[in-house]
Amino acid sequence: MELLDSFLPHDLAAVIWIVLKIVLIVLPLMGLVAYYTLAERKVIGFMQVRIGPNRVGPNGLGQPIADALKLMFKEIILPTKANKTLFLIAPLLTLGPALAAWAVFPFDAELVLADVNAGLLYILALTSVGVYGVIIAGWASNSKYALLGAVRSAAQIVSYEIAMGFAIVGVLVAAGSLNLGDIVRAQDGSLFHWFWLPLFPLLVIYFISGVAETNRAPFDVAEGESEIVAGFHVEYSGMTFAVFFLGEYANMILISALTALMFLGGWLSPFQGTFLEPIFSWVPGILWLFLKTAIFAFLFLWFRATFPRYRYDQIMRLGWKVFIPITIVWIMVVGLAVVLELPWWFD
Amino acid sequence: MFKNYIKSLLLLELLKGLRLTGRYFFAKKFTVQYPEERAPMSPRFRGLHAQRRYENGEERCIACKLCEATCPALAITIDVEAREDGSRRTSRYDIDLFKCIFCGFCQESCPVDAIVETRVYEYAFEDPGESIMTKEKLLAVGDKNESQISADIAAQAKYR
Repeated sequence: MELLDSFLPHDLAAVIWIVLKIVLIVLPLMGLVAYYTLAERKVIGFMQVRIGPNRVGPNGLGQPIADALKLMFKEIILPTKANKTLFLIAPLLTLGPALAAWAVFPFDAELVLADVNAGLLYILALTSVGVYGVIIAGWASNSKYALLGAVRSAAQIVSYEIAMGFAIVGVLVAAGSLNLGDIVRAQDGSLFHWFWLPLFPLLVIYFISGVAETNRAPFDVAEGESEIVAGFHVEYSGMTFAVFFLGEYANMILISALTALMFLGGWLSPFQGTFLEPIFSWVPGILWLFLKTAIFAFLFLWFRATFPRYRYDQIMRLGWKVFIPITIVWIMVVGLAVVLELPWWFD
Repeated sequence: MFKNYIKSLLLLELLKGLRLTGRYFFAKKFTVQYPEERAPMSPRFRGLHAQRRYENGEERCIACKLCEATCPALAITIDVEAREDGSRRTSRYDIDLFKCIFCGFCQESCPVDAIVETRVYEYAFEDPGESIMTKEKLLAVGDKNESQISADIAAQAKYR
């Protein structure tokens, strides 16, 4: 920053510095997304007693690169009578918010692009904007399957948004702040100071709602290969399809990371407050965050390998009649605990 | 009723499912790395067809047409004529691999062990018409794989 400032006008230097930081976040994220797809194929393969892709490069590590190259060289087909502008904007509308949400994400105590006070609201807003990509894609494709997928997806995401929002309300009642960094700092202390214990039902509901929000199995009715082919992205091919794909996986990583942040103490070391703390003090916080994120990212894949798709009415029942009542009850429990300054989370 | 409600609320069945897939995650994998590894194959395997010859080079087929008659898929077409030396031979012996269902009845019906199904299963057609195995092609496959074919027939002899 000082170096740039010394030979550039101050404003320009600041812009370049921010762009540099954005690139530093987005590029590793893209790599992570690419290798997350490989991990998915490997994990699901292992659970089906196969070994998964292993031909491209050592142990199949070149597979995501080969896939990306293939998709790049494929033709982008525009369906006749499709609304071209919207058709091409839709994939960007899914990927964009999934990446933009990382702006307020604290990777370590000081490692955050924008330390926004309403960070949690910002993230809630951006993860909801993602649904527009799906709806617009389904509508602009001029295909009945795409439209059906989009309608399903819209209804589902709107339903689960509420349960998700309530789960987040529980977190912010407990932390007393909307700032993501402060939420993590509120969990400071030890493994048992993290919010996963007092907010356990909210953790489960937040993560399951997250699975539903990202249209992943077992809530993947928006894609529903067996009924509506691929749902909202039937008509997409080549790079436009790849962008949808990237958006979906970026969203999955985002949900995993947020769950780790809000319930598993983000960058905090799990050995805090024990005799192991000095031994592991050299581990950077971002690594702990990565490991915690990996747990939930793995859960996404585990779910996909295990559960059959929910029936549509079951999805709606789960969202409206099970999750929302539980979250409301638990918010009251948490509120009571905060008022009574229950040790040791809320004292 | 109440018990079921608690059961579904605590996701017990789902956790059971997760436990099962979690166990298989660590199980030994069954994958056969195909071009390098191959699954074991029975001597009774019914793959690509072949016509055999006697050791002196004379083709075995005597054009009795039993295979053509028994073929359930009507995949075999045979024309017969007398050769210069007066022996009864096929002038045309075609098997359409697109029709063939690889039942092995032709091999069973053959009185002189002329038509056989070999262990060859790695073949592909690039042009229409290539799926017809003519007499020349069948004899070529037979010549190439004779040692394997006779070994398989010998291994099966005691069960016949």
